[in-house]
Amino acid sequence: MSVTASSSRYAVELKDLRKSFGKTEIIRGANLAVAPGERVAIIGPNGAGKSTLFNLISGRFGPTSGQILLNGERIDDLRPYEISRKGLARSFQVSNLFTRLSVFENLRCAVLWSLGYRYSFLKFLVNTHDANARADELMAMIKLEHKHDTLAMNLTYAEQRALEIGITIAGGANVVLLDEPTAGMSKSETKRFVELIRDVTAGKTLLTVEHDMGVVFGLADKIAVLVYGEVIAFDEPEAVRANPRVQEAYLGSVLADQQAAEAGH
Amino acid sequence: MATVAQSRPFNTGRLLTWGLFALVLVVAPLIFTSPFSRSMLAQMGIAIVACLSYNMLLGQGGMLSFGHAVYTGLGTFVAVHAMNSISGGLPIPISLIPLVGGLAGIFFAVILGYVTTKKAGTPFAMITLGLGELVFAMSLMIPEFFGGEAGVSANRVVGDPVMGITYGSAVQVYYLLAIYTFLCTLAMFAFTGTPLGRMLNAVRDNPERVEFIGYEMQRVRYLAFIIAGFFAGVAGGMYAMNFEIATAEVVGAGRSGAYLLFTFLGGATVFFGPIIGAILMVLAFVLLSEFTQAWLLYLGLIFLFMVMYAPGGIASLILHNVRVARFGKLGRLWPSYIGLALSGLLMLAGAAALIEMIYHVQLDMSAGPEVHFLGLTLNVQSAMSWIGAIVVLGIGFALFAVARRRFMRLWGEVQTEIAQEVSRLHLEETEGAPA
Repeated sequence: MSVTASSSRYAVELKDLRKSFGKTEIIRGANLAVAPGERVAIIGPNGAGKSTLFNLISGRFGPTSGQILLNGERIDDLRPYEISRKGLARSFQVSNLFTRLSVFENLRCAVLWSLGYRYSFLKFLVNTHDANARADELMAMIKLEHKHDTLAMNLTYAEQRALEIGITIAGGANVVLLDEPTAGMSKSETKRFVELIRDVTAGKTLLTVEHDMGVVFGLADKIAVLVYGEVIAFDEPEAVRANPRVQEAYLGSVLADQQAAEAGH
Repeated sequence: MATVAQSRPFNTGRLLTWGLFALVLVVAPLIFTSPFSRSMLAQMGIAIVACLSYNMLLGQGGMLSFGHAVYTGLGTFVAVHAMNSISGGLPIPISLIPLVGGLAGIFFAVILGYVTTKKAGTPFAMITLGLGELVFAMSLMIPEFFGGEAGVSANRVVGDPVMGITYGSAVQVYYLLAIYTFLCTLAMFAFTGTPLGRMLNAVRDNPERVEFIGYEMQRVRYLAFIIAGFFAGVAGGMYAMNFEIATAEVVGAGRSGAYLLFTFLGGATVFFGPIIGAILMVLAFVLLSEFTQAWLLYLGLIFLFMVMYAPGGIASLILHNVRVARFGKLGRLWPSYIGLALSGLLMLAGAAALIEMIYHVQLDMSAGPEVHFLGLTLNVQSAMSWIGAIVVLGIGFALFAVARRRFMRLWGEVQTEIAQEVSRLHLEETEGAPA
């Protein structure tokens, strides 16, 4: 394996990444370099390949060609659990929970590996004090303490979204990918949720796919615009807003709608 | 409900339960003293270990295996050979024979399980089915190990007696098996409270997400499969101690099917469910088969109704009613339970009369046209017997339908009330708490 001179200036780096499904090329040579601690929102029209990009980075499927680097190390041929152990965690667009386990058990499962419990069957969970404390702490962070024993499948939609984030950050990953964390939420829920995300991902490298421009500008230091499988712009929000290519390809219509809505106030 | 284990592993309630379980194991052969019933008790112990090990796969890991008898059965064969080696001078105590079976279970689970647990869901089930057939076919092809149609027999009264115990008497065998039953049950319960045990539940619920929190789902499945193989092998070794023989039937599909059926019947979603299932399994195989030729047909019907109306098995029915009782509402349900039971029995009587008469016509006509059934004498050549049975079945069915509808309505009301009470209690709790 060729290690690219450990250029860990970047937390996540994509180099000419491509992915085809059958004859259709979804990701067509995407390039992106995210510095440690940076908070990046990935935006783009439907079908631009945003979720596919996340699936490639997190190892859900492998790329057709190109490279993915995590802290300078290639991860494009690794399985999801190997990537997870290297400190990259992701959430899912559709909540992906352990449905028949309680909120507490969901979170405890999510912290076990990072605390070194591996596949142990000679140790009792009641005695894994660090895991239990961490699960309690997470439960407080996502504000679900009162749902300790509730099964994940019996939570409300917003609670499930919160638990989704909780499971994602549980293992202490330094790079966090959030796939449309606020999708399907009401305005007030979204506002509270953005604050929650900001709290629990403080100091981490964050990549998020998001449709809501309010959320994008509230969360992100930088915006990456993905159109037809290519990153056509990657810059600070103001610069992206002013970029004529982005205006033309995507952002113009969305921003116009939003400004019209704001002017109406 | 599902696995909640934040209480200490051995609090007072738990200690009481386990103490009671041990007490039952100790006292049972003193109450049922005939050799026949003592043999049944020993078989129940074996079945409990086998069904609990099966449920490690089905209930806790979401793995539907059609070939669990491979591991119990090969455990039995290896144990029987080990017993013969002991009589040939191998210096291991005969009391450890079940553990030899367990080691055989591990050995075969390590080899076969590696292939099996590569897949989940339907492919997993198909592989277990295929491996089950394969091992059964091999048992007839390799008579050197499997003993051909006669099987391999052994003698458990070998080696030097330890503290006067020779396993010459059925009671001594029973108590040995009871100890293994208790220890295995305890160990399998303990397993549910370990990191691997919990991750097995996680794999059952959502295998994909497990990989994104650092665990390799195939590894979790494989390890659980090996542990289940160990306990299955122990059950096989216990079988060898009890029956002193292993025939091809012990690795057969019929036995694998029985584990599945009775684990499900007892309740795969609750830890103690398979224990109920195992007891029913022995009762059905030993008693029901004495009672009627058509016992497999009845078994099939019971299974069918359980899958349709109570997919959580008997254990979940018990837990639901305990919950209702805890809220003091069970009293309201009693009348409809009695109604359900009476109409159900009537329906069963009609159906059973028909089944018995049909079996008689097909198999026993040489013995004359009369069938003795529940103290009545039915005549398969008289229209009255047939019409009578059909009428009883019809009335039973109609009454049962009415009783069921009323029960379902009442059950729904009770559940709504309980849900309201729970949310009210919760509200008081959160409002009463200092902010």
